[in-house]
Amino acid sequence: MYDIVIIGAGVSGCAIARELSRYKADILVVEREEDVCCGTSKANSAIVHAGFDAAHGTLMAKLNVEGSRMMPALAKELDFHYKQNGSLVVCMSEEDRPALNKLYENGLANGVEGLRIVEKDELQKMEPNISDNAVAALYAPTGGIVCPFGLTFAFAENAAKNGAKFQFDTEVLEVAPMDGGWKLHTSKGDIETKVVVNAAGLYSDKFHNQAGGAPMKIVPRRGDYFLLDRTTGGFVKNTIFQLPGKYGKGVLVSPTVHGNTIVGPTAIDIEDKEATATTQAGLDEVREKSGIAVKNLPLRQVITSFAGLRAHEARHEFFIGEVKPGFVDCAAIESPGLSSSPAIGKMVAGIVEGILHLEKDPAFDPTRKGILDPKTLSPEEHAALIKKNPAYGTVICRCETVTEGEILDAIHRVPGARSLDGVKRRTRAGMGRCQAGFCSPRVMEILARELGVDQSEITKAGGKSKLIVGTNKDKV
Amino acid sequence: MKEYELVIIGGGPAGLAAAVEARKSGIQDILILERDNELGGILNQCIHNGFGLHTFKEELTGPEYAGRFIQQVKELDIPYKLNTMVLDLAADKTVTAMNREDGLFQLHPKAVILAMGCRERPRGALNIPGYRPAGIFTAGTAQRLVNMEGYMPGRKVVILGSGDIGLIMARRMTLEGAQVQVVAELMPYSGGLKRNIVQCLDDYGIPLKLSHTVVNIEGKERVEGITLARVENGKPVPGTEEHYDCDTLLLSCGLIPENELSRAAGVELNPVTNGPAVNESLETSIPGVFAAGNVLHVHDLVDYVSEEAGAAGRHAAKYIQAGCKDETARTLPVKCENGVRYTVPVAVRPDCADGLVTLRFRVGNVYKNKKVAVYAGDTCIFSRKRPVLAPGEMETVQLKAQLLLDHPEADHITVTLEEA
Amino acid sequence: MEKIDLICIGCPMGCPITVEMENGEVVSVTGNTCPRGDAYARKEVTNPTRIVTSTVRVTGGKLAMASVKTASDIPKGRIFDCVKALKDVEIPAPVTIGQVVLKDAAGTGVDIIATKNVPVA
Repeated sequence: MYDIVIIGAGVSGCAIARELSRYKADILVVEREEDVCCGTSKANSAIVHAGFDAAHGTLMAKLNVEGSRMMPALAKELDFHYKQNGSLVVCMSEEDRPALNKLYENGLANGVEGLRIVEKDELQKMEPNISDNAVAALYAPTGGIVCPFGLTFAFAENAAKNGAKFQFDTEVLEVAPMDGGWKLHTSKGDIETKVVVNAAGLYSDKFHNQAGGAPMKIVPRRGDYFLLDRTTGGFVKNTIFQLPGKYGKGVLVSPTVHGNTIVGPTAIDIEDKEATATTQAGLDEVREKSGIAVKNLPLRQVITSFAGLRAHEARHEFFIGEVKPGFVDCAAIESPGLSSSPAIGKMVAGIVEGILHLEKDPAFDPTRKGILDPKTLSPEEHAALIKKNPAYGTVICRCETVTEGEILDAIHRVPGARSLDGVKRRTRAGMGRCQAGFCSPRVMEILARELGVDQSEITKAGGKSKLIVGTNKDKV
Repeated sequence: MKEYELVIIGGGPAGLAAAVEARKSGIQDILILERDNELGGILNQCIHNGFGLHTFKEELTGPEYAGRFIQQVKELDIPYKLNTMVLDLAADKTVTAMNREDGLFQLHPKAVILAMGCRERPRGALNIPGYRPAGIFTAGTAQRLVNMEGYMPGRKVVILGSGDIGLIMARRMTLEGAQVQVVAELMPYSGGLKRNIVQCLDDYGIPLKLSHTVVNIEGKERVEGITLARVENGKPVPGTEEHYDCDTLLLSCGLIPENELSRAAGVELNPVTNGPAVNESLETSIPGVFAAGNVLHVHDLVDYVSEEAGAAGRHAAKYIQAGCKDETARTLPVKCENGVRYTVPVAVRPDCADGLVTLRFRVGNVYKNKKVAVYAGDTCIFSRKRPVLAPGEMETVQLKAQLLLDHPEADHITVTLEEA
Repeated sequence: MEKIDLICIGCPMGCPITVEMENGEVVSVTGNTCPRGDAYARKEVTNPTRIVTSTVRVTGGKLAMASVKTASDIPKGRIFDCVKALKDVEIPAPVTIGQVVLKDAAGTGVDIIATKNVPVA
């Protein structure tokens, strides 16, 4: 019997696993996909919200601000890409100024530091590409951007390093109470545990309801995004939000930590929790709305578009707490879930510790080093690295300059990459302007070699996403 | 690390031809830097024939054509490094490159020839809505998997884009046992050579749907189907949707010259071609940096790549031997009109041309019964009837430089189409 | 009188050619701009042939596959027979351009030859 089983290896589940790994406990994270960070955590705005938006008095607001405050130190401790670039909520009309002020007041009440209103002149100096029609903006210097994959991998690897186990391709079908805890019926057999943490994202309502919590319904809320080429880096410096108002609810335009520009999302409520497809209407909506708060957005430099589903619940609040003895919800984590994740991890770990009275593990190591990027080394260090490990001398992804050494590192981490997407999210190979056209055959070869399987077994993202269906003339 | 007078970035057909001509022009210290594990570039995966009709008066396959140049490089003892990626080119021509054996190294040549070729436009840049499953490949990536690795990327295929790569892969997939259901083409005309329509589609009964595009991709993990729709004025027409069950979508929707390094060095690019703006000597805006082949503008016949790259090699050699050209040489910008989309070069210095000026260009639409005319200022100095002109077929005009020297009053050249 | 329209593939010009035939015999060829076009059109309507290009697996080589082609053109209707004949063909490295990979493919009388040099691994 495990002490704790966490359902879901998204950013919430991994943050919780990391915090729980501070204690002596048998922890298992079960995940239905082949890797961590495969659900909402991989398809979002990558923003660390300062915390002015979430309604004052809610758990969302509390955890958002707390998480945002924890990020800078955590980024150093766990070595993921994070930048405090600042946020601007742009007001497009004097009619909307009361709404801008209300947002400001809400932010103050939430305890967000450094907030202030900037007027047109200062705004245009800060951001030359702001629309000429902008009248003012709420400036939040503590707003940030993060690599959502890097953050999730950092939590997961540190948890694993400190003893947490991960089991992938395991779908939890049903949770049921048993003597001393809970029994999870999964696609790979039964798992017994004292405590369950429900961090199942879009499906957290399913397990919450199965456990007997008050009825909850999660509605998938789809966000379509465009990602622009790194040549657009610097188009905006801050994350630009459009204040909802006279011209409707806009989309954000933001730099990413890797130098791209991200534009989006829509907010389209759908029925199917698996429908991560973009639609023509969704992309058109992003395109139309993107030109409101900024001008001259170089949308032609698009390199890809994608959609993510947020786990929206009608009450628009996080549901974190022990719902039934030994069953802890971490449900309805929609935006600002990514921003709140460090605080969510702490809160849930605190709840579980209270249930199980766990003992602290003196051997817990809070540090984690990310995948070494040779581009951050000095020429001498770089040369020495290649001499020591020639794999760093072979460039596999030309667009993002990713070497074989980094890809090998990604594969051999725990949890490590086992598919093209796993390699992509850990190393950026395939995220550049050619979108894996050049590197994917090479990455497939390396994966096959390192995992000891035939190339025909390699998938894009696990499951049925095989890239190769056979060999030449096999059906002739 | 030994220094070289001439560094050639890319060991594909352009790099190879440039190297051979530079050596024949007397340059000893040449180094070819190639990122793949063999010379030949994209030709290695172009196993079909049709190469070499002009150059060797024979029809060769891609690897055979490459083989002819590789043989010359070896016979001339021209050094090359494989599995070597050039990471940076500086404005002062410093080349930064990397491989396993030499690690990270820098070269300081007198001249550089850019021969990096081009890449394919991916799904993401086409804004095709839908899922992002496995089974979507650009035609070239699929070509690599099939022809170099022997792996089939799919069984039931739909191809978007009737450029040559799409057409070639339609046949290739069919001959390896896949079922190619349809080739869809956004434009009302095909971008590929007519011989490929015949030999790759007609021969196998594969339908070509012009003015059609993909409007949706189904299948969350692996492609399960796509939807085509007819296009009018560039937009899909609602109600014309047609669904195809398939497990593979191949994309052949445009090639983009790969000018990361050129941009890094500050080389001026022509926004129409996305390749460097060059003069009659194929020299870029940085003196001593030359460009040829697909990195300069996307070609359809490798024979012209070899010609162009050979010229670049000769000019690079002259540059190294004679030093910087006279900066005050009379420069005639080349203007394009009436359907001529771009020209290479964008400027001609008649005093620097070696007797012959080669102008290559593409038209922006299909034209019938036209005359290609070249003007020096207001005077027509060349004209030729062309019954058919198409965007998919690059045109070449060769003029005697004397014609330009005979018109010292002309301050520009115009390439235009007129009624025949 | 039968009229067949086709595109000449002798060179990239792709001239549209019209062939008139009577009782299986070519009566006239129009539209070509060179003698090769005439020859191609006559052949295409009476005995269409093609060069077939493909790949075969290489064992012990620096590369996994070698490209191959029919040494000369074969009847168009025999293309798939040639492909099938290559189905399980594997050749050991080294491979040289021009070497015979399969003699008399599918009884066409035409050999399949390598078009790629593959050195030993």
